Amino acid sequence: MTVERRALVTGAGSGIGAACVDRLLSDGCRVAAVDLHAGDMADRADELEAIHEVDVTDAAAVRAIDGIDRMDIVVQSAGVVGPNVPLLETPADEWERTLRVNVTGIFNVMQATVGGMVERGWGRVVNIASIAGKEGNPNLSAYSTSKGAVIAMTKSVAKELATTGVIVNSIAPAVIATPMNLATAPEVLDYMLSKIPMGRLGQPEEVAALVGWLCSEDCSFSTGACYDISGGRATY
Amino acid sequence: MTAGRTALVTGAGSGIGYACVDRLLAGGHRVVGVDLRAGRMEDRAGDLQAIVEIDVADAGAVNAIEGIDEIDIVVQCAAIAGPVGPLTGTSPDDWDRAMAVNVSGVVNVMRATLGGMVERGWGRVVNIASIAGKEGNAHQSAYSASKGAVIALTKSVAKELATTGVLINAVAPTITNTPLLGPATQEMLDFMVSRVPMGRMCEPEEVAALVGWLCSEECSFSTGACYDITGGRATY
Repeated sequence: MTVERRALVTGAGSGIGAACVDRLLSDGCRVAAVDLHAGDMADRADELEAIHEVDVTDAAAVRAIDGIDRMDIVVQSAGVVGPNVPLLETPADEWERTLRVNVTGIFNVMQATVGGMVERGWGRVVNIASIAGKEGNPNLSAYSTSKGAVIAMTKSVAKELATTGVIVNSIAPAVIATPMNLATAPEVLDYMLSKIPMGRLGQPEEVAALVGWLCSEDCSFSTGACYDISGGRATY
Repeated sequence: MTAGRTALVTGAGSGIGYACVDRLLAGGHRVVGVDLRAGRMEDRAGDLQAIVEIDVADAGAVNAIEGIDEIDIVVQCAAIAGPVGPLTGTSPDDWDRAMAVNVSGVVNVMRATLGGMVERGWGRVVNIASIAGKEGNAHQSAYSASKGAVIALTKSVAKELATTGVLINAVAPTITNTPLLGPATQEMLDFMVSRVPMGRMCEPEEVAALVGWLCSEECSFSTGACYDITGGRATY
């Protein structure tokens, strides 16, 4: 990367987000980290531009992040698994919370950052979706729905901005070894693992490597894409 | 990348193939260039491990390439645009030739190289498909069918080899600025560009950047994927 870029990573305290922070730092970016809980970020406060303990569902809090309109790169990893139960047993408030974090959160952060990118004529946004958003995982209707929405939102915004120099992509991982998935019911996790031809969980660093490429100058003609990283699971 | 690998690129004499040769050389790999005609490879014969002038549709000729079983990385760009016009007017010979080059060619090279990769426990294959193989371009039935076949072939073989250390992926570009566009009329070119939200053709170097990532150690949990590079055109 020739220019030092400013990056913002949500869900930066753990899992894929934390791995993306590492990646962007090693690629020479200045990184602002956003998470509901500072978590592991506190350990590397010196290397980070800033740590923001913000709930991405709170649009005003997102807009109030210092320098939010000067971000060149946005990686959105903030996400929750939501209820692991059949649709019929899914409590309405948990459904809404899942959609708010996983969908409205991404909307809020894009709305606060994309304008500046368009003005400066350069930007990279990577939204972390999921293979669940393409295929639909049973007993994860809220999560699957929210991730399908992320894929469609990414495609929609990418087309709006296709000629501005701002590139917006999503990625669709299969199950990755993260704290978020440790909370998933074992039988649900087994189902997801059984669907991966490589026969193992993905590691956050593997996802971050793909995110790093999508945030780089090397990525210049891919926008609105949804790149899966699924150990062979993805059917389309 | 820590150690240079041995790579084989088909269709290496021009277009995307030539750009991939450049990319792999820049990545520190030894590159064998394969094409029906040496083309632009002659300019850098000194940099290449070998220039092999063969028809990939000829399995015997592919198997006879020196060191074919010692290849670590395969990038398959050899392809023809095939007959342009309505299906009903497409001659069986033209149809067969498009399939022989675009599909059997890809099979021939994989059959000759995958065994060695599996034995050594490491390999990367990238097959250049096309957005035509996902969407179907009017008046390009043979090309579209052949590229759809490449995507399915990639997914099938990737699953077979998912636990071997050999990763096989496809890339689906939209209209790219290469000699393959030769037979297309200006009207067809304008139509194809009009479908690209970025409003321009893809350049071969942009595809090569993605191919380079898919051939690298960085790519470790993506197999059987088809990454589009379409300036926002791809719908899925």
